[in-house]
Amino acid sequence: MGFWDKLMKIDRRIIFLFVIVAVTLPLFLNISQKTTISYEVRRGFDELARLQPGARVLIPCDYDPPSAPELQPMAITAIRYCLDHDLKMIIMGLWPQGPQQANAALESVLGEVPGETIIWKGKTLTYGRDWVNLGFQAGNELVIQRMGSSIPAAFPRDFRGTPIAELPLMQGMQNFNNIDFVINVSAGYPGIVEWVQFGVDRFGVQLLGGTTAVQAPLAYPYFESGQLRGILGGLKGASEFEELAGTLGKATKFMLSQSFAHIIVILFIIVGNVAYFAGGRRKQT
Amino acid sequence: MKREVPLIITAVVGIMYIFQYFVPHEPVSRFSDWFSDWFGIIQAFAIWLGALNLMKLSLLKVARRKKDWMYSLVTIIGFAAIFIVGIFFSRGANFQEPGTRFMFIYDNVYDPLSSTMFALLGFFVASASYRAFRARNKEATMLLLAAFFVMLGRVPVGDMITKEWLQLPHWLWLSNWADWVMNIPNTAGQRAIMIGIALGIMSTSLRIILGIERTFVSGD
Repeated sequence: MGFWDKLMKIDRRIIFLFVIVAVTLPLFLNISQKTTISYEVRRGFDELARLQPGARVLIPCDYDPPSAPELQPMAITAIRYCLDHDLKMIIMGLWPQGPQQANAALESVLGEVPGETIIWKGKTLTYGRDWVNLGFQAGNELVIQRMGSSIPAAFPRDFRGTPIAELPLMQGMQNFNNIDFVINVSAGYPGIVEWVQFGVDRFGVQLLGGTTAVQAPLAYPYFESGQLRGILGGLKGASEFEELAGTLGKATKFMLSQSFAHIIVILFIIVGNVAYFAGGRRKQT
Repeated sequence: MKREVPLIITAVVGIMYIFQYFVPHEPVSRFSDWFSDWFGIIQAFAIWLGALNLMKLSLLKVARRKKDWMYSLVTIIGFAAIFIVGIFFSRGANFQEPGTRFMFIYDNVYDPLSSTMFALLGFFVASASYRAFRARNKEATMLLLAAFFVMLGRVPVGDMITKEWLQLPHWLWLSNWADWVMNIPNTAGQRAIMIGIALGIMSTSLRIILGIERTFVSGD
């Protein structure tokens, strides 16, 4: 077996080793990178920035821990932005783990376990008045449809079991007409596509969608058609969102790892192709 | 009756569901609410059914010492542990509150284990890319180029190379190329796939509603 043949059949463990170094090494480096803000993130952020203090923002967190490295920074930035700008948050989940991920995001913003009342940046934030967590509801896209006619019918109680009629923020809230903006953070089904099909098309909600890099290509047709106000795609989208919101966090930090990992993969692809042509392509096909 | 009743229910619910979409007014809209509520109830039961089925299969596998039965044993122990802790030792209905034992397991066992499993994909993707992205023919070369532009254009280093180091004009920045790939060819392809899927769903749904497709009741 010649050199090029050996290179073509390189042991996958060597590739794994390079990837692990590429991912972990940047975590210990202090290199700053400039993120170019894409149009889909900027437009979505501009829509969010138009909201006035007191506006009600629905944040459906439809993801679980495996997707958290990409999506948790989006949820954190969205929650921090809402608290900073006095926007009222209604958190919910069509995935069972979503509301727990949202609680973790809230805890990471507030710096402590969110209780009934908390002092944050000189503001007194109260559960039920400044934010609520409606929890998980089974039913996938039909929950969205039910919310279109009656939010209290879809979510009679919050995730603590409190009837939502007792929560000041939910009083008088009937359906999507009482929601000013929706930031959906999702990792698959049900997620952005279902929110577009049922929430946007049927009830006219204003939707900014955050999703994993793998799922993002599915969302682009909806952005191009104007159904989505913006897309936060993967860790890159999350880092752009952080930059626009003025709070650099984990997404910005992890982008260096992603940059290194992509460079390694690209280099391997180049090496693989060089070996393919140098080793006689006909022999391999 | 065993076949006819489900077929009638499917036809009535299917037709009403289509109807209520185009007539969102009382009393038709009420059907939408009823069906949505029923769907939620059925799905909640389906979650239970799925969990119990998983337990049944796992228990049988362990009892009969089938191949890899030890993995099923781990499933049973994991399920039982989180179920008991969640129901009896986690402040009842407030089991999802931060600080409960349920959340302790969620944060310290479920979260790292599931994240680790998912993270393994990154390594396999790198290995698969090395072997799959070869310029074997015209189509493979196009795929390779698209991957190149998107992978480098979607990370800051792509622009660092083209914008700051090479100081190329704006239209040659890698992020612009990546955006072009995502916005034009990707969107066109996705739309074609979506329309195809939608047509397939519509025809299959109509066959089910009209009772032409009956495999779900008879297994024919």
